[in-house]
Amino acid sequence: MKNLEFRTASSVRGGLLVMANVPGIAAGTRVSLTDHAGRRRNGLVIRTSDAAVLVEVFEGTDDLDLERTWVRFLGEPFSLPVSRDILGRVFNGVGLPRDGRPPIVSGQRRDINGAALNPAARAYPREFIQTGLSAVDGMNSLTRGQKLPIFSGGGLPHNRVAAQIVRQARLLGESGSEFVVVFAAFGVSSQDARFFQESFEESGALERLVMFLNLADEPVIERLLTPRAALTAAEYLAFELDHHVLVVMTDMTAYAEALREVAVLRGDVPARKGYPGYLYSDLAELYERAGRIKNRPGSITLIPVLSMPSDDITHPIPDLTGYITEGQIVLSRELHAQGVYPPISVLPSLSRLMKDGIGGDFTREDHPRVASQLFASYAKALEVRGLAAIIGAEDLSEGDRRYLQFAEAFERRFVGQGEEEERDVYATLDLAWDLLSMLPLEVLTRVSEAELAKYHRQNRS
Amino acid sequence: MGKILEINGPLVRMELPGVTLGEQVRVGALGLVGEVIARDGDTALAQLYEDSTGLAPGEQVEGLGHPLSVELGPGLLGGIFDGVQRPLEEIWRITGDRIARGVHVPALSRDRKWTFTPIQEHQSGRLLNAGDVLGTVQETASIEHRILVPPDVSGVLLELAPAGEYDVDATIARVRLHDGEIRKLSLSHRWPVRIPRPFKQRDHAVQPLITGQRILDTFYPLLKGGKAAIPGPFGAGKTMLQHQIARWCNAEIVIYVGCGERGNELTDVLESLPKLTDPHTGRPLMERTLLVANTSNMPVVAREASVYVGLTIAEYFRDQGYDVVMVADSTSRWAEALREVAGRLGQMPVEEGYPAYLGSRLAAFYERAGRVETLAGTSGSVTLIGAVSPPGGDFSEPVTSHTKEIIQTFWALSKELADARHYPAVDWLESFSGYVGQAARWWADNVDPGWADARARALELLSESEELRRIVNLVGVDALSSEQRWSLEAAELIKEALLQQSATDEVDSYASPEKQYLLLAGLLGIYGQGMKLVQLGVPAQRLLELPVMHEARRWKTRYGAADMAGLRERTAGLTGDFARLELEYSPLTSRDQERGI
Ligand SMILES: Nc1ncnc2c1ncn2[C@@H]1O[C@H](COP(=O)(O)OP(=O)(O)OP(=O)(O)O)[C@@H](O)[C@H]1O
Ligand SMILES: [Mg+2]
Repeated sequence: MKNLEFRTASSVRGGLLVMANVPGIAAGTRVSLTDHAGRRRNGLVIRTSDAAVLVEVFEGTDDLDLERTWVRFLGEPFSLPVSRDILGRVFNGVGLPRDGRPPIVSGQRRDINGAALNPAARAYPREFIQTGLSAVDGMNSLTRGQKLPIFSGGGLPHNRVAAQIVRQARLLGESGSEFVVVFAAFGVSSQDARFFQESFEESGALERLVMFLNLADEPVIERLLTPRAALTAAEYLAFELDHHVLVVMTDMTAYAEALREVAVLRGDVPARKGYPGYLYSDLAELYERAGRIKNRPGSITLIPVLSMPSDDITHPIPDLTGYITEGQIVLSRELHAQGVYPPISVLPSLSRLMKDGIGGDFTREDHPRVASQLFASYAKALEVRGLAAIIGAEDLSEGDRRYLQFAEAFERRFVGQGEEEERDVYATLDLAWDLLSMLPLEVLTRVSEAELAKYHRQNRS
Repeated sequence: MGKILEINGPLVRMELPGVTLGEQVRVGALGLVGEVIARDGDTALAQLYEDSTGLAPGEQVEGLGHPLSVELGPGLLGGIFDGVQRPLEEIWRITGDRIARGVHVPALSRDRKWTFTPIQEHQSGRLLNAGDVLGTVQETASIEHRILVPPDVSGVLLELAPAGEYDVDATIARVRLHDGEIRKLSLSHRWPVRIPRPFKQRDHAVQPLITGQRILDTFYPLLKGGKAAIPGPFGAGKTMLQHQIARWCNAEIVIYVGCGERGNELTDVLESLPKLTDPHTGRPLMERTLLVANTSNMPVVAREASVYVGLTIAEYFRDQGYDVVMVADSTSRWAEALREVAGRLGQMPVEEGYPAYLGSRLAAFYERAGRVETLAGTSGSVTLIGAVSPPGGDFSEPVTSHTKEIIQTFWALSKELADARHYPAVDWLESFSGYVGQAARWWADNVDPGWADARARALELLSESEELRRIVNLVGVDALSSEQRWSLEAAELIKEALLQQSATDEVDSYASPEKQYLLLAGLLGIYGQGMKLVQLGVPAQRLLELPVMHEARRWKTRYGAADMAGLRERTAGLTGDFARLELEYSPLTSRDQERGI
């Protein structure tokens, strides 16, 4: 069967091709098509019976001439050749070289769908990653093996933030970046892709980078494969070659839109906003590939980037992502407009794994409570700011005015920092105490009395 | 034997004469298992619990002759099973880090032998009823596994094995059924998951489920055998709250069903529970816990099954006379799996793609909760606590709104509270409990007669403060009277010092009923004392400057379980904190009276 070519395409609709009279074709088999012009296209069997086989064509079915289309069933699922040599390479959305260099030659191939990690095999991620960004390290910290997306919007600097995290991410106490980076871009402009590449080039880390690119003007259905190919490469690097891998995927919104497009073609029942009911499980199949495994030294830390349509966090894409990932870093248009970089809005941001990755054993003993205090004080400060907008700042009490100043300083000095500025976590915590010391001792009830005595400026000077 | 006709994702159409609806089938060379969801003449439609990649038309299929059922017997506790009860630890050992397809491993270990102690009074010739206890196995140090006559068996005992070591398949009893058939019984039996296990009758005795979480126990209590839902947007704290309940609640058995959620959350439970001890028995918590896991990246079809697998195991322990709590995270993922099945069957969607029977399925699910008199005449309970994950955090969506009509206790989580890191982010205005009156009796008998009154006063203050907050946000704080300002501040105090309770705080993660009440009464004491002074003319601002206002915020983390006497003493001595101010503002006459003139 593997070497037979068929010319029995009986109908075509959207990206789907129906083949007649090819009995015994297995579900999920990869397909190779040669069209009338001799061009190759890739496909996948999504439904099969002896009478008809339905093939999804990734490059689309535009101008296919049924009479002159040859179809070969390859008898195996989509797979990616893997070897050490993928490092430093650039691939297209289905894992073929796009850097002009020869294809990867390897006897080893991996099914790009992966297989679900057994929950009993997982090890809980606990090691603190220092990103050098105070708003992340201090209040929404990242751990090795976590999946932490960036929720952004058009025109916001998510690429710069992601690139800065990638450049600066390292484990405390270990020098230099030991991360290998897998970068997958789908539906983004070539300019955005180049930005990343150059950002890595500057830090001289190109030989630790693997890229998978499906640009905005390239086939849409192919986007369904791109993150899978990238994660397959990441799994190989992490769990077979023992690397710590940082995966950046952008833009998840383009991915979900591609999925919706295909769902419509297949006639699947839509759930919300036209997205199929299985969008949740489909995204989970990607995101859950991050993690750590018992007795394996490597890890996959995943940073998906997504732009929220109309800045709406309840839109199905950010919503379902938030339901799967271990927190989110939310960028704010308001902070961006005020010139704060990185414009991270800390209150809607969250890192669920932070609680297990900080404190005396990992960062500093006061870290959990300082973070909690910053959240409480900043939330209160924003409330005061809201009040000031109604009654005017002059009419605020003395205590409330201090909160206003705190909010201002917090946004400018703590959240805000330079794009090349790498603050270590101790500097971040010290800065936090500088700011908290703007507030009276008594209101700082989230930190312990011992910590107040040790770190509050009023006590230290 | 039959053969595959068509494969479409997890759906397989097959020619298999005689197969019944719901029957398990084994499909193809890979031996993938699934269940029949529709039949038409000699063809049947089955959905597979595993990914169908690689199956081809023409391959063989086989009906297994029984519906999805679970294996019940010693060896369940401490384990983690997938959505169709395959043991994940064992599978990990066999197939490595990733779950391979087509592996068949029985839920209960066949290698392990258990020490069985028969019930002495059971002589041969005795009439045995369904649900009777044949003997016991000490499964873990805290849990005695009672070996039951299966619910569908009764008859004359012919032989009961002597005390000794048996594996789960060995015959430990022979029974002659009423129709003359001789049935061999072992330490384990099977039960179909979609059929509720029978019991004698519902029992309405009242025992609150103590979770150690103040906002739950004190404000929106749940009873053993009750049903509760935790709806909330992502990141609001549903899972943390369920973890807290699984850790600290005073049930004897906890079933944790991870249904379409994160793998790491199960790892978290697996890694943390063995290190924690049960505050009620002093034993490692893992000994009473069992996990069922169909994580979000595992096949969706098994997700629909997973909650029933958990539920049936819960009922099995209930039938042994235990109080069981099952937490399901998240029932929304289960409902979504149901929606996918319905979609594949071409059933008419009614709201947001859900089929018309969503409400009745949810009701039937929660109906399996309850406190019962078991077939053996003892009492046991299944408490059900389901997380609900509404899209966009919108509580008017179908799963949340149907659930809300079914359950008795509603712990609504709010994004605003979670964003402000007010944890647990249980909204005190949106939440409700239908069990308050019943719980009140228990609190009065066991903790303090003032409980119901104190609870009501605190809630009243909280809702009044909401009103006041609205006024302040419109026109500023100056519009409030002194009394109102004080109420507002006292409500803030209650929120911070009582309602907020960090799961990660070593001292405060679990609060005993006594601690809960002492804090509540103490904080209301501050409110009352302050109000008295405000009425004497003390400005609210002066009260806020009192050290007790800040100190009280630390009570919850300062006074641990071992120091309740300290907390009692501290909260009893509150008058002292206000004495100076009182002296300053009291009218002369009363000061004189105090001096005894
Ligand atoms: N009781 C609590 N004490 C301390 N922190 C909490 C508490 N509840 C929630 N949190 C914090 O909020 C985070 C999110 O909570 P959780 O994972 O339980 O949310 P969720 O509602 O289950 O979200 P999802 O629907 O996405 O699963 C936690 O990781 C923790 O940091
Ligand atoms: Mg959760």
